[in-house]
Parts: sequence; C-alpha cells; structure tokens
Amino acid sequence: MTALAALIRRDIKIALRVGGGALIGVLFFLTVTVLMPFAIGPDLPLLTRLGPAILWLGALLASLLTLDRLFTADHEDGSLDLIVMGRTPLELACAAKALAHWLAAGVPLIVATPVLGLLLNLDASATSAVALTLLVGTPALTFTGMIGAALAVTLHRGGLLLAVLVLPLSIPVLIFGVAASQAAITGPLPFGTPFSILCALSLVSLVVGPFAAAASLRHGLD
Amino acid sequence: MRLSGRQIDCIRGGRGVFSGLDFEASSGEVLAVVGPNGSGKTSLLRLIAGLLVPAGGSVALEGGDAELTLPEQAHYLGHRDALKPALSVHENLSFWRDFLGGKTGDVGQCLAAVGLGHATHLPAAFLSAGQRRRLSIARLMVVRRPVWLLDEPTSALDTAGQALFVGVMRDHLAGGGIVIAATHAPLGIETRELRMGSAT
Amino acid sequence: MTLIDLANPTKFLALTARVLPWLAGATAILLLVGLYQAAMAPDDYQQGATVKIMFIHVPNAWLSMFVWGVMSLSALGTLVWRHPLADVAAKAAAPIGAAFTFLALVTGSLWGRPMWGTYWEWDARLTSVLILFLMYLGLMALWRAVDDPSRAARAAAVLTLVGALNLPIIKFSVDWWNTLHQPASVMRMGGTSLDKAFLIPLLVMAVGFSLLFVTLHLAAMRNEILRRRVRSLQMMQASQQAA
Repeated sequence: MTALAALIRRDIKIALRVGGGALIGVLFFLTVTVLMPFAIGPDLPLLTRLGPAILWLGALLASLLTLDRLFTADHEDGSLDLIVMGRTPLELACAAKALAHWLAAGVPLIVATPVLGLLLNLDASATSAVALTLLVGTPALTFTGMIGAALAVTLHRGGLLLAVLVLPLSIPVLIFGVAASQAAITGPLPFGTPFSILCALSLVSLVVGPFAAAASLRHGLD
Repeated sequence: MRLSGRQIDCIRGGRGVFSGLDFEASSGEVLAVVGPNGSGKTSLLRLIAGLLVPAGGSVALEGGDAELTLPEQAHYLGHRDALKPALSVHENLSFWRDFLGGKTGDVGQCLAAVGLGHATHLPAAFLSAGQRRRLSIARLMVVRRPVWLLDEPTSALDTAGQALFVGVMRDHLAGGGIVIAATHAPLGIETRELRMGSAT
Repeated sequence: MTLIDLANPTKFLALTARVLPWLAGATAILLLVGLYQAAMAPDDYQQGATVKIMFIHVPNAWLSMFVWGVMSLSALGTLVWRHPLADVAAKAAAPIGAAFTFLALVTGSLWGRPMWGTYWEWDARLTSVLILFLMYLGLMALWRAVDDPSRAARAAAVLTLVGALNLPIIKFSVDWWNTLHQPASVMRMGGTSLDKAFLIPLLVMAVGFSLLFVTLHLAAMRNEILRRRVRSLQMMQASQQAA
C-alpha cells in the first residue's frame, strides 16, 4: 500500500508543480466551451439545449489531451523501467497512476463545470446533473484513455495518434453521459437508466484499463 | 547466491544481437560486461532485469528469495536517471524507497553518503549530470537488493565520485551481493570479465 | 532618478521599499473615499441601487485592459531594450490583470442578473472581457510551464504583443458576431450623459483602483525579484561540493 500511495502522491505533486500542467486541462475545457457559442450563436435557449453536450465534449477532449504524458514522461526519464521491475504488480501501479491523474486533472474539470454551466445558461439542477454525470463518467475516460497512453509508449508517439485510438473507445461514455444529463433536464427517459449504465461503464473500465495498459507496457518496453 | 544465464539469444528489431550466451556470477563477485558498441551489453542487462524478453535460453537466480522474481530482487541503473526535476532531491529518493519497498535505509543518511547532504531540499532540476548519477547511486543504497545491474555506472562521475562508488560496491559485495556492470572504463575493482563479441 | 538607475534590481528594491507604504496608504484612502461617495450617490430611477455595481465594475474593466497595455510595454522592454526589470514587470502584472478581469466579469454578471434575468448574457462587451480573461490565464500558464525565467520571458513577450495586436480584432469580430445575432446591446451606457453625482465617485474609484494596481504591481515585482534571487542562491548551493 505504501508503494501505491507513494506513486499517487508523487504524480499529484508533479502535476501541480511548475510545468506539471494539470490546470491547463481546465483552461482548455474553459476555452473550448467558450468557443462553442461563437460557432452556434449567442442564442440562450439553444445553448441551454446543447449545454450538456458541449460540456461533455469539452471534458472529453480536455481529459484526453492531458492523458498524453501519463506514461511517456516516465518512459523518457527511465522511471517506467523501475516501476515495471518493482514488487508492486504493474496493473496496480497503472491503476494508481490513472487515479492520480484523475484526481489532479479530472476533478478540477468537474469543479469548473458550474461556472461553465452559468455561461451556457444552464440552471442549477441541470448543472448539477452534468457535474454528477461527469463525476461518474470521467474515471471511465481516464481509465480507457490510459490504454492509449500505454500504447503511445510502445509506438514512440503520442498526441493525435492517441486521440485517434482512444476517441472511438470513449463513444459509449459520451452517449450515456449526455443521455443521463439530458434525461435529468428534459426527460423523457428517467435519469436512472442511462446513469446506471454510465456507472457500469466506469466500473468496467476500472478493471479493464489497468490490465490492458500493463499488458501493453510489458510488451512495449525495449 | 548465484546468477547464471544459459544459451541466451537476443533479437531486437529483427536483428540478432547475440546468441548462445552463457554467463555466471556468484555472491561477492563483479561481472564486468565489456565489448564494442552494439555488442549487446545494455540488451543483456535489460534482459536480466526482465525489461526484454529473450528469444531463447534462460536466466536464473539460485539462493535468492523464492517468493520473488529475479527483477524484483534486482536494482537497475540505466543511462536514464529516473529523476523528476520538479521534485526535490529528498522527495525523489524517498519516493523510490517507498515504491520499491523491501528492506530500506534512511534517505538522509544515504544522501549524505553520496555527497548530496547539502542539497536535499533543492529541486533535482538544479543538479549536474554527476550529481544526478550520485543520486541514482543513493537509490541503490537506500533499498536493499542483492543483484545490481549497472549500465555504465561511472560515466559522468568525477574521480572522487568514482572512488565513492567503488566503496559502495565493496560494501554491497561484502554483504553477499552480485554486481553485473556494462562498462568501457575499468571500474577500479577486481572483476570477472564477460567479453561480448560483435553481432554474430 | 532615471530609468537607468531603476534598472538595477537592488536599487529598485530599496526605492520601492520606501515608496510602497505611502502608495498603499494613498490607495486605501482613495478607495474608502470613493466607496463612501458611491454609497451616498443617488439610486438610478430605472436600475435602483444595482447601478452602484458600476463603481466597482467600470474601474476593474478599465484596468483589465490597462494592465495588458502595461504588459505590452514590458514585452517591448524585454524584446527591444532588454531592460533587466521588464520581464519581471510583465510576469508580475499577469496575475493582477487576470484578477481585475475576473472582478470585472463577476461584477458584470451580478449587474446583469437583475437586468437580463440571467447571470450571463453573450453580450459583446462581457464576451470580449471573457476572452481577455482567457488570454490572461493562457499567459500565466505559459509563465508557469517554462522553468527558466529568461526563456519564458521571451515567449511570453511575443504572446503579449501578438495579443495586444489581436485584441482590437477580437473586439471587432465579437461586436460583429453579436450584432449579427442580437440587434441591440441590452446595456448601453449614456457616455457623457452620466450625471455628476455618478461621475465624481466613479473617477475617484478609477484613480483608487489604478493606485491599487501600481501598489500590487510593485509589491509583486519585489516578490519576483526575491524569488529569482532565491532560485539562483539555490542553484549555487546545489553546485557547491559537500565538505
């Protein structure tokens, strides 16, 4: 346990210090959301209707773009070799890294949601519905995205390739995340159905993500 | 304790690096892996560390902890320092102590022993190449592992640093440890030599 | 005291140490007087007491642009004259400018609530200020992302100047975008038709906030100089060998 706690602490510290860039994800989220009305027009009723979708797309892109460095930074300075050799199972180490990433980069996105909801003219209940679905759904984004981040180490490239690999995998999360938020705002579906599926997706990714990432890392080192 | 490899073949990127390699090292011994560039010194070390999979043959450690695999009982000191510039010297070392686990020593003492006692609270970004290497050596000291796999350990070290490192290795050997070091320069310690040819 | 003398960080520290208490005092007095006058000002016959948000909102909005101007001058100082304090000034100004911009946004949105019924309207002015705020945050992120201050300074200076050139274009585009969708802006200030009872407190507040900026900016510059000294001391300490 100390090993995992140490890993989580280290990753969060690095993310929050100079050059770590965890907060740049929030800034990106903010910018993408602000850009939308310039394309759509300052039509408040329309923005209200599109709000959950805009917020979900922004959060999806923001959490993906910050994932890029999840393993490559450790690979470049040789830390990854030592993590692979360590006595902690690699699957758990991967899960710990993803958790640290979610805490440092995912949670701030959720905290920023109410402010952005204000810009999109969402009322309090709609904003909290979106925030709740993001709270439940962003772990799924992080844990599926980390498979792509692990592949980026193997392939010696990240960035756009990572996005192309991972974006299709995150479609289900997007569908049910937006569906649950819309259900809370307008209906006609009950909120519970898509929300439970979203929870299920997150739980599945919590299991599958670390195993797939660890497998890819084991074979990808050279 | 005895570390041995039998008939190891290594293929990287479709190219045979070496084949049919045998080696052996027992407690208290330094095995110096020498040979020209591209002869597979680093590959051999990474293979023993479990970071590469051999195309044939096997590596085994006799007399170690039966519960643990060979990589889990080994230290690997590669070209890259595994240091985070944003963290302080002390934070870097205590992270590896906590993460690697097993029998551990005191971070402050180890830092003082490698001559970094004055810089514990400074960001690792401020260290020179030689100081970074010293910090990596402190990692070998703070966590106890019987097998040390060292890739050019003395590069970037000054004369004082090399002398210090010889002392650290002697302590390790006296405790029954094994050292396998890929090197171009003499280590300043009596070694058994494993000469790697060019690719066959 | 010429600009050359001020270029020496040590002299700058000594001078600002003497000036800062007076500046802080003057700022406090002006802001107190301004707030008192604002409180005494009559309510607007249409907007009621909410009009008094103007006394905070307008100075902040004005400063949000003024600070970018200060940073642009500093950026020129960094790139053209290589003035040693220029990048310190630019770096110290960014968070303060962001704070003023943020206050302008918050007060604007609080003012908008009773008028529009929502906290946020994609009004041309507010939207321009929001983009300015994003640019401040991006600039701060740039300062944070690069470890070495002198390398960061050059990059930030280029971005600041590009921003200064771009801001009028952005403002124009936003106005155009907004009028395309909305025939008239909801909020329109009467310009010179502002009553004297409003104008004087507003001016006092504007001067007070400007002094507040100068005070905070000088204090932040001192901190930045000291921070850099600590950094170079640390680097010296790292390079010395243990006895």
